[in-house]
Parts: sequence; C-alpha cells; structure tokens
Amino acid sequence: MRRIFKGIWEWFDHRTGLSDTIGPMMKHVVPGDAKWWYVFGSATMLAFMVQVVTGVVLAFSYIPSSSQAYDTLRFITEDAPFGRFLRGLHYYGASAMVLMVGLHMAQVFLFGSYKYPREMNWATGALLLAFTLVMGFTGQLLRWDQTAVWSVVVAAEQAGRIPLIGDAFARFVLGGQTVGGATLSRFFAIHVFVMPALIFAFIGLHMLLVLRHGISEPPKVDEPVDPKTYNEHYEKLLKKSGRPFWPDAAWRDVVFCTAMLLGLILLAWIFGPPVLGKPPDPSIVQADPRPDWYLLWYFAVLALMPPWLENYFIVLGPVLVGGILVVFPFAFNKGERHPLRRPWSIAIVIMVVLLIGSFWYIGLKSPWSPNFNAQRLPEKAVGAAAGPIADGARLFYSKGCLNCHLISGYGGRRGPDLTAVGARLTHDNIVIRIANGGNNMPAFGNNLTPQQMDLLVGFLQSRTNTLH
Amino acid sequence: MNTETPEPNCSPEELTRRRFFARVCVGLGALCSAALAIPAVGFVLAPLFRKTPQLWRTVGKVTDFEIGKTVSVVVEDSSPLPWAGVTAKTGAWLRRVNENEFMAFAVNCSHLGCPVRWMQDANLFMCPCHGGVYYSDGRVAAGPPPLPLTRYFVRIQNGEVQLQTLPIPITGPKGA
Repeated sequence: MRRIFKGIWEWFDHRTGLSDTIGPMMKHVVPGDAKWWYVFGSATMLAFMVQVVTGVVLAFSYIPSSSQAYDTLRFITEDAPFGRFLRGLHYYGASAMVLMVGLHMAQVFLFGSYKYPREMNWATGALLLAFTLVMGFTGQLLRWDQTAVWSVVVAAEQAGRIPLIGDAFARFVLGGQTVGGATLSRFFAIHVFVMPALIFAFIGLHMLLVLRHGISEPPKVDEPVDPKTYNEHYEKLLKKSGRPFWPDAAWRDVVFCTAMLLGLILLAWIFGPPVLGKPPDPSIVQADPRPDWYLLWYFAVLALMPPWLENYFIVLGPVLVGGILVVFPFAFNKGERHPLRRPWSIAIVIMVVLLIGSFWYIGLKSPWSPNFNAQRLPEKAVGAAAGPIADGARLFYSKGCLNCHLISGYGGRRGPDLTAVGARLTHDNIVIRIANGGNNMPAFGNNLTPQQMDLLVGFLQSRTNTLH
Repeated sequence: MNTETPEPNCSPEELTRRRFFARVCVGLGALCSAALAIPAVGFVLAPLFRKTPQLWRTVGKVTDFEIGKTVSVVVEDSSPLPWAGVTAKTGAWLRRVNENEFMAFAVNCSHLGCPVRWMQDANLFMCPCHGGVYYSDGRVAAGPPPLPLTRYFVRIQNGEVQLQTLPIPITGPKGA
C-alpha cells in the first residue's frame, strides 16, 4: 500500500514540480541563532488563515443586506451549529492578528532588522499593518448592529474632514446620502474581497522578500550594518552556522502557532463572540457606539484632542504615521542594529505601548461622556431624607447635573468632582457657575427658577467633605 | 522553467520587432485594464453622483405634540433601496415651540455624527461619544462640537407636521 501511495506521489510531484518549487523555499537557510523572537510573523500569518477559514464559512450564512445581515448574525450566533464558536474564533482571530502584527513589528524594529537590505520587507509589512486595521474596522461594521451603523457615520464624518473631496468621500463611505441599503454591501465587498486580496498579494511579496534577503540574524553589539559588506557577511554567517528553515527553525513557529490557536479556540469556546447590540435602526437614538478594543485608543484620542488640532490630526495623522513607517527604513538603513546601541528604539517602543495603552484605558472609562445611567443619589450620600438639601439633591439629578458630576462616588466624571464643592467655592461662585456655565459646562440660568437655584446651591454648599 | 532565450544572433530589425511586440503587449494590457477599470470605478463611485430628491415626510399630527416638549420622531429616507430595511429610517428631534411653530434637529452630533440624546429636565441634548452638549435650540453648550445641531425644514400641512428629508449632515473641514 505504502509503495502505491509513494508511486502516486512521485508521479504527481514529477508532473507538478511541487517539491522543486516549494522545497527550496521551505529549506532556505536561516541563521542558527534565530529562535523564539522570530515566531511572530508566522503567528500573524496563522491568525490571517484563521480569519480566512472562519470568514469563508461564516459567509455561507451571512447575508450582506442592510435589512437581513443582523438577523443572519443572530441565526449564526444562536441557532447554527458551531456558529457561536466560529463567530468567536473570527473575533479573537482578528484580535490576535492585530496583536501579532504589533509584536512582529516591535521585534523587527528593536532588532534593527529593517536595515539594509530589508527596507522593503518593512515597508510591505507596514502596509500589511494598515490593511489589518482596515479589516478590523470593516469587520466590526459587518456585525451590522446599532454600534456598526453609528460607526459608519463616525467614519463618514472623519472622511468629511478631508479638504475639497471630504463631502464626496463621506458620501462614498455611506454609499449615498444616508446610511441605507447601499452602505453594508460596500463594506462587505471591501472586507471580503478587496482587503483580503491585497493582504494575500502583500503577504506573497513580503514572503518573496524574506526569501530573497533571508531572515536577519539576531543583532550583535558593535556589528553595524554596512551596505557595502553586509551581503558578504551574511553569506559567511549562513555558511558557518546556518540551518534549513524546515524543520530546524520551523518547529518553534509551529509550536508557538499551535499554542496561539489553542488559546483562540479556548477564548472562542468560553467567551463566545462579542454580543450583538440593538438592531441597526438609525432612528433608535439610545446608542452608545464604541469601536472594538484595537481602535478604542483612537476613539479616546478624538475625544481628548484640542479642537483646533482635530482636522489636521484626522486628515494628516494617518498619512504622517503611515508615511513615516514606510519611509524611515530607507533613511536609517545602516549602522548599529543592537537595541543597546540604539536605546532610542527601546524608548520609542515603550512610548508607543504606553501611549496606546493609556489612551486605550481612558477610552474604556470614557470620562468625557455623560453618565446616562446615573441613578438618584442615595440618602446616605445626600445626608438628608427630606427638606431643602434633599430637594436640592433631587434637582441635581433631574436637571442632569449628576450625568456629568460626581458626588461621593455617584454620577458622571465629565465635569469636576463636587463632593466637597461647598468647601471650595462660595455661594456666589456657585451661582455664577451654574447660571453662566463655562469651562465646558452649559449655562443653566434659563433653565432654573430662583427657587430651584436656591435649592441647588444649598445642596452644593452642604457638600463640604467626603464623609457623606 | 527555462527562461533563457537563444543568443540574439539577429539583426537590429529583429530586436526592434521584439521591442514592438513588447510594446503591443503592454499597450493592449493597458487597454484591457482601462476597459475593466472604467466601468468598475464608475459603478463604485455612482452613489456620489446619484441625485436624491428631498421629500416632505409626515411625522405626526400637530395635536400629537405638546408645547415645550422635545420628542424623537422617525423620518423615512427620501429614496430608500428596497432592501434597506430598518436602515431606511432616520431619527430626528422635534420640538413644539408654540401653537404653530416647530423646530426639528438632526440627531447627529456635529462633532463626529453620534446620536445625541434629549435630556428633558436638563433641557439639553447630550452626545454619548465625546461629550458634546447642546441647548434646546440646538446651539452648542459644551464639549467638542464645532457647529449647532443641523435643523430640518418643518411645515404644517393639513394638520400634520412634516419634515423635509436631509442627507446625514457632514460637518467638513470648514465647520470644524
């Protein structure tokens, strides 16, 4: 039996030339000391393959129609066998892809692997990062719940900030004048055909470049890259300590990828996909749209940005960051590679992680948003069950003050904490502030009777310490 | 795969002929690409050029609305595609100012388009995304919005309140 299979394989291999084509690629020589740091690229590719497989099978049931997509997603999640798991795997696969691209880029950056002759490897990788983020955003929209619909509007508004073509670009994003029948299908086409085709093409190019220039050796202190001598140095290195990629180096990629896939399977199995929001009805205005975690930091940036900078940031920010990412390896393609000789590279990675992490954390909290779920202050916080102080507290709630201000840990965080405002501001100061607003607070002068103002000010003056 | 060509033991005319073939191939390739690309790009960009009429839509009877109150109403888009489903609907905030006067606002915050909510007792519109706040007449009260809420045209026809449909208001670089 074994001989028969061997014969069939040999015939097939002879006719297709598979071994001759794939063999040299798989067995290309890599530096012997390229070990666990080098697994993130393969992990990114596996995450992409997970997305392709889960995406294709989800498309068997998903209908990209504005009127039906939400119902098909409910069917996939609630009724279809393995549907909940596959949707979950697609979601965590996307998260893994973003995370692994980030880790892969950080490793390449810290190791200086983008230097000569691998500048184009980095540039194609930077484009793959952009494609991955577009996939993440468009994927969130295909969920086609209320958050997805409002995310499209937010995207159109941002597109609208581009000078001259902004309005046309915004209408292009929407697929017309409003969110409607044409909106979802264009994002479906982008997510399912356009971006995957680009990703496949650029992964191919990226791989071709990896094979052409070889995997960079781990950096050594005082071994700078000199374009005149590097190729010779690399050839010697491979001759001295090189190993075939398959299987000497590939096993680490396989082990790491297996661990990652098992992690994704566990996450999808235990936690399932993100919960579908309300239906995609733009007339339901009780909405609280938030992007998925990998873009939450950007949501925070848009909230905290000074208004005068916003247009420049929205339009020029991505162009500038993208431009720098693509161009910088060409500008700094020689010299030391070891991070100890390039301490600024460590600083940049730490700074980027801290910046994105901080914005992400504050995006989770969104202290700039009114707290629409604020409840009436409990008696223990007010310090009175009846009388003018209690009446003032009720007004503080009904007039929406509690949506933005915190009292003894209750309420919103959009405005200052007023737990001890009575010790901080005089009666007149409080009246002026309530009546005229200012510092990001609306004026309530026309919305309060003199009696209501007295009650409100009386309540706030009674906030003199944190014991309530 | 053999990519070696015989040593060109040939005349300059033959080399010119080879170059001619190359140019023909590139030229025909460009022609084929254009033949595919022009209709494809035109199709994708078509929504930009589609003229959408703005129509008057009834949102209720005059008597349905209380003076001084702001309520959410549903406006059907002017030319929804048959498969638009619930996305053919748009929300708007309608305020009855007095016996004969109404004001209506798009729900979209002028900052980045999120749906603002009306807080009845506070007499304010608040945005859940980045904290924009508007007064009851749509003026900006606080937060990042660069412009007031977009107003709908409102009319009373045969005892019914009608709003003229609007494209989603895009603030654009000049507004911001």
